Amino acid sequence: MTKETTSFVYVTYVLSTPEKVFEAITKPDVARRYWGHENVSDWNPGSKWEHIRANDERTVELVGKVIEVSPPTRLVITWANASQASDPASYSRVTFEIEEYENMVRLTVTHDELEAGSGMANGVKQGWPAVLSSLKSFLETGRGIDLFAKPKSA
Amino acid sequence: MHADKVFKALGDPTRRKLLDLLCERNGQTLGQLCENLDMARQSATQHLGILEAANLVSTVRRGREKLHFINPVPLHEVYERWVRKFERQRLSLLHDLKKELEGE
Repeated sequence: MTKETTSFVYVTYVLSTPEKVFEAITKPDVARRYWGHENVSDWNPGSKWEHIRANDERTVELVGKVIEVSPPTRLVITWANASQASDPASYSRVTFEIEEYENMVRLTVTHDELEAGSGMANGVKQGWPAVLSSLKSFLETGRGIDLFAKPKSA
Repeated sequence: MHADKVFKALGDPTRRKLLDLLCERNGQTLGQLCENLDMARQSATQHLGILEAANLVSTVRRGREKLHFINPVPLHEVYERWVRKFERQRLSLLHDLKKELEGE
């Protein structure tokens, strides 16, 4: 029996260039500034990639394989919790598509092959909008949103 | 950039209903959405067009079908721009009150 899957499609328009958007996803020292994480790989098809929290612990939170790379317009990767890396069924798929759109870039992130109702499906539903608006803010203003921000008085 | 379009798109009960329907089940066709709406396909198409122009809905072609997905990124920007700011203020007010009451 195959599990029911769900997918999400997120779109944001960024005043930037396709190259900068592609770098923001694939270059660790850029990603850490708006994502709080680094995506580490040699970005060759078939290579692995790791999503590493950009703090002293450097926890590897997500892992996957690079499926398709055509800079600066397209990147396809698989995606699983590091703790479930050995379970082939836990992998979902993320496709980044970057198109020039007038003086902007249209970034589409499609996250599919997700198990419906799973922790990962619920997590990415919360996560992607925040990450993408932080990416937009970072590329347009030089400042990302602190994704781990706590209320001031806490 | 899109703030006016976002607020205008949200200022209509049918369009909010469409977003609710997509929240329940993402990636629906026009036909599927119409099953839950009391209106002609043509009106639904117009409403979806306004949502898409505001980037609140994105579409993907799969074969002959056009699937609609809710895109919450602009809503997150509204949240960042408006709600989070007020939350911070409210929390710092509580913080000040606590300090006042505890006589710090």
